[in-house]
Amino acid sequence: MSVSLTYAYYPGCSSTGTSIEYDMSSRAICAALDITLTDVPNWSCCGSTPAHTVDHTLSSALSARNLCQVASMGLTAAVTPCPSCLSNLKTAQHRMKNDSFREKVSKLLDKPADITVETKSVLQILVEDYGIEKIKAKVTKPLTGLIVAAYYGCIMNRPAEIMNFDDREHPMAMDNIMTALGATVVPFPLKVECCGASFGIPRKDVVMRLSGKLLDTAKEMGAMALVTACPLCQMNLDMRQEQINSANGSKHHMPIFYFTQLMGLAFGLSEKELGIDKLCVNPRSVINALGMEGDSKEKSQ
Amino acid sequence: MNVINLTSSCNSDFVRQVEEESGQQLSLCYQCGKCTAGCPYTTEYDIPVSQIMRLTQAGQKELVLKSKSLWLCATCESCTARCPNKIDVARIMDVLRHMARREGYGGVKTVKTFWDSFLHSVQKNGRVFEVGLLANYISHTGRFWTDMGLGPMMLPKGKIHLKPSAMQGKEEVAKIFRRYTEESSK
Amino acid sequence: MKIGVFVCHCGSNIEGTVDTAAVAAAAREFPGVAFATDTMYTCSEPGQEEIVNAIKEHQLDGVVVASCTPRMHEQTFRRTVERAGLNRYLFEMANIREHVSWIGKDREANTNKATELVRMAASKLLHNRPLLSKQFDINKRVLIIGGGVAGIQAALDCAEGGLEVILVEKTTTIGGKMAKLDKTFPTVDCSCCILGPRMVDVAQHPNITLYAYSEIEEVSGYVGNFEVKVKKKATYVDWDKCTGCGICMTKCPSKKATDFFNEGIGKTTAINIPFPQAIPKKAKIDANFCMKLQKGKCGICAKVCPSGCIDFTQQDEFVTEKVGAIVAATGFDLFDWTVYGEYGGGRYPDVITSLQYERMLSASGPTGGHIKRPSDGKEPKNVVFIQCVGSRDKSVGRPYCTGFCCMYTAKQAILTKDHLPEAQTYVFYMDIRATGKNYDEFTRRAMEEYNAKYIRGRVSMIYPKGDSLLVRGADTLMGTQVEVDADLVVLAVGADSSAGAAGLAEKLRISYDSYGFYMEGHPKLKPVETNTAGVYLAGCCQGPKDIPSSVAQGSAAASKVLGLFSKDKLASDPQVSVVDIKRCIGCGKCIKTCPFGAIKEIDFRGMKKAEVIETVCQGCGICTSTCPQGAAQLQHFTDNQILSEVNALCQF
Repeated sequence: MSVSLTYAYYPGCSSTGTSIEYDMSSRAICAALDITLTDVPNWSCCGSTPAHTVDHTLSSALSARNLCQVASMGLTAAVTPCPSCLSNLKTAQHRMKNDSFREKVSKLLDKPADITVETKSVLQILVEDYGIEKIKAKVTKPLTGLIVAAYYGCIMNRPAEIMNFDDREHPMAMDNIMTALGATVVPFPLKVECCGASFGIPRKDVVMRLSGKLLDTAKEMGAMALVTACPLCQMNLDMRQEQINSANGSKHHMPIFYFTQLMGLAFGLSEKELGIDKLCVNPRSVINALGMEGDSKEKSQ
Repeated sequence: MNVINLTSSCNSDFVRQVEEESGQQLSLCYQCGKCTAGCPYTTEYDIPVSQIMRLTQAGQKELVLKSKSLWLCATCESCTARCPNKIDVARIMDVLRHMARREGYGGVKTVKTFWDSFLHSVQKNGRVFEVGLLANYISHTGRFWTDMGLGPMMLPKGKIHLKPSAMQGKEEVAKIFRRYTEESSK
Repeated sequence: MKIGVFVCHCGSNIEGTVDTAAVAAAAREFPGVAFATDTMYTCSEPGQEEIVNAIKEHQLDGVVVASCTPRMHEQTFRRTVERAGLNRYLFEMANIREHVSWIGKDREANTNKATELVRMAASKLLHNRPLLSKQFDINKRVLIIGGGVAGIQAALDCAEGGLEVILVEKTTTIGGKMAKLDKTFPTVDCSCCILGPRMVDVAQHPNITLYAYSEIEEVSGYVGNFEVKVKKKATYVDWDKCTGCGICMTKCPSKKATDFFNEGIGKTTAINIPFPQAIPKKAKIDANFCMKLQKGKCGICAKVCPSGCIDFTQQDEFVTEKVGAIVAATGFDLFDWTVYGEYGGGRYPDVITSLQYERMLSASGPTGGHIKRPSDGKEPKNVVFIQCVGSRDKSVGRPYCTGFCCMYTAKQAILTKDHLPEAQTYVFYMDIRATGKNYDEFTRRAMEEYNAKYIRGRVSMIYPKGDSLLVRGADTLMGTQVEVDADLVVLAVGADSSAGAAGLAEKLRISYDSYGFYMEGHPKLKPVETNTAGVYLAGCCQGPKDIPSSVAQGSAAASKVLGLFSKDKLASDPQVSVVDIKRCIGCGKCIKTCPFGAIKEIDFRGMKKAEVIETVCQGCGICTSTCPQGAAQLQHFTDNQILSEVNALCQF
């Protein structure tokens, strides 16, 4: 007997492009776990980092529009895979507890800002609402032999007063999920160190340095792959891994999975629906080592 | 190094304004340096974040607002998360950036242009359209080689698109930007 | 009644915002007031003379002084009116300083409020009755709770002064934190060598009874006559027979018991004597790790014990002691530093506390005085000390400075160099607090002679990197982030109030601050007294302090006890409850609500009545509001007296 979980789903801009595999795999595993995700109608950008560097009212208004959309669905809880979106939504809600700030935000909107919606990340609902034990029970193809480092990024848990999830210095949510899937998790000391965030375009050198350090450390710890929960982190580590190698003289070939993709693999979902082929660093050898030879369709091709 | 005359150069209106806009009390900072100790971006800064805090306490508006550090902070929250005095340092950096923008300080051009291009894209499309954003960025910075190598890898994977995604209600987002411009020019 | 009113200027303290002359003028119109004046300093000698003279000249039989809080000068003025021949309770005080002049700036409003307070005081005084205190005997024995250096000092000073001393210690040995230290600052003398003789003195002093491994269960009574129930916790060893030979420890097969004395550096046996100089040197079984007590199998210690003292059936025992005074010397505990996730939160074996490091430095410690990394037993090359861990940190709820960490860190840096001349020490600090005699010179020596590298800044993160730990901090003087490759990191963990401090305070009826440290009677003038008569403080239970200060407080508390016991009888406070036997219906409600057990049931001509035991009553007044008949009345605060104040205030 299980109570089915239902959430308004806010994919965030990157889900339509650079993190399409995160979106695909999140939807796929939620479906497999009987968690209902209903898309927020006509959702728009939360404003991300650029908006809050310009003005807090503007930033909060961009988030608040989406919160209003959620409220109009008649749902009380919204979920997003992206920690940056979540951070913006939560920060907006937090600041709008102040009445005069909320009024300022409402002036930019068509209807008054709503602060009642509960906002969470996909990772958070999986560990808090669904539960590790139930996840474990769904595993049909354990990831035995896979050694991963779990990397959470800087804003999944910080600031603790706003994000209100897991430990701010030593989060364990993904570690615990990976362990439940049968993988071996190395103690990764840079779980919450910044990857370079949105400086990929304007200051690539910074990303090369910071993300390079993450890859170096993961390798030192003996990880075969990194597992992430953030589109921006994943993009810096995966899409820019070749750039990092040429900038730092390193030779990394480390697959960077979304945790949802590894969950899907362990649940026996197809690589196709998890968007495994969308990853830039080819994870083939790591997946093969698990005795998963890829989708049968791919094999027959 | 210049001698700073603390009595004549302390801009207390600036101090008050930073406190008001950030909701933080600057006198709580006792200069332990833990923010600088954990800042992943400090190598890029011209002034470390703990000294930004010190200069702000001392009302050194000009020195603070012209600092490049403000534009190189990624709001990773390390400083805020670990401050022993519970000061939201990242929020103060944010507010200083707002002030620098308002007062016309150029900052770090590539960063500012990138952020502006991003918001322009959101204003126009309701959601971010990466290729458009990049084109806008390049046309403003002249950095033609920016990430060109990534296109051939990303296009076939369907991770970038040549057209913005069609979103209903994008004019609502544009309205937010328009009202924001109206409100802030009041 | 002819009342005299004296309105004090207190220099400009009151006169600055209250028109005292106007208050005096208004007072002259109050019922019963025969004389009123304003005076510059009522508490001064001429001020008191003025009162005495006025009483004689105007035949006054009651006095109101409007000045400061009664906590400051009520006693002064009661003695003044007594000198002029009045009963001391025919006096009232109106607090127009703390309650008026210091908290408002509006002179007119202040003057009106001061006038009303004087009106209330005069009105109550009309209903006051003379009260006389009684003399009672005192028990000249003293209970000292806590056998650390402060408690030891207090015990020895009291015992030397001829008092019988009961010393209760919750662990199996006295010595406290000081016994765990290797050396002491700034003299670098062996801690156990200087403390050891004092501990022996305690054991051998004929006036001292020591209850080790015991705790305070219950406290009742009042100054001069406390009754204390002590719980002697089961040790499963008959201490009358145990000789402390230690054979049991060598044979005990359960070797993974928590080593509390060594701060968890290494493990110990289930049956254990914590260290060679322990007082009393007696074994105790840790029931959580004893195979016999857990599983019913083993019993080897009983077989090998030459004196046959093992008793697996032993139960907690209770003894009751009667004493006249109590000294709390319960010390401190270390802050739980594992809340600092950025320092590993306890996950890295080579990040240890300063007290663990002391045990490592100590020749009698688990490593025999060798500095070894807990992870691999290697000698460290780079040792990093981080100060203010759990001190001066609002984010973990500890805004206060522990005060002694700067000094012991300098000492540990010096000792590190003594033990390992090749080692390099680094100290991350915020400010160096070294205000004692020869203290600052000591920290300078650590830098100048022992080459300790002091770095001004906090550490943001520690994480493993290869074989060592990367410590990432700031050097705020250079204005940069710095990194040190450390082999061992020692955290200067701050002091918390002792675990269980709040519970004991409630038993002793003393107050404590929001951190659990006990409140002294006055921050300057009553440093070792509490607001409960007969209960005194010594050492870190009042707030973190170093050894010299703890010893000084131990002696100070002892001198207070000796002073109290220099009298043969104490005067009781007549401000106690009295039951009017004619009104009492014997319902017994007051007996149930009295928190002090001060009311008993009596038989009066076949009728049940309540009666107050004068010496036990603390004058709290709960019975007076419980009594449905108004039969229980608190003397000096009767219903009539309080109502007269209310009526004076609510005239319109």
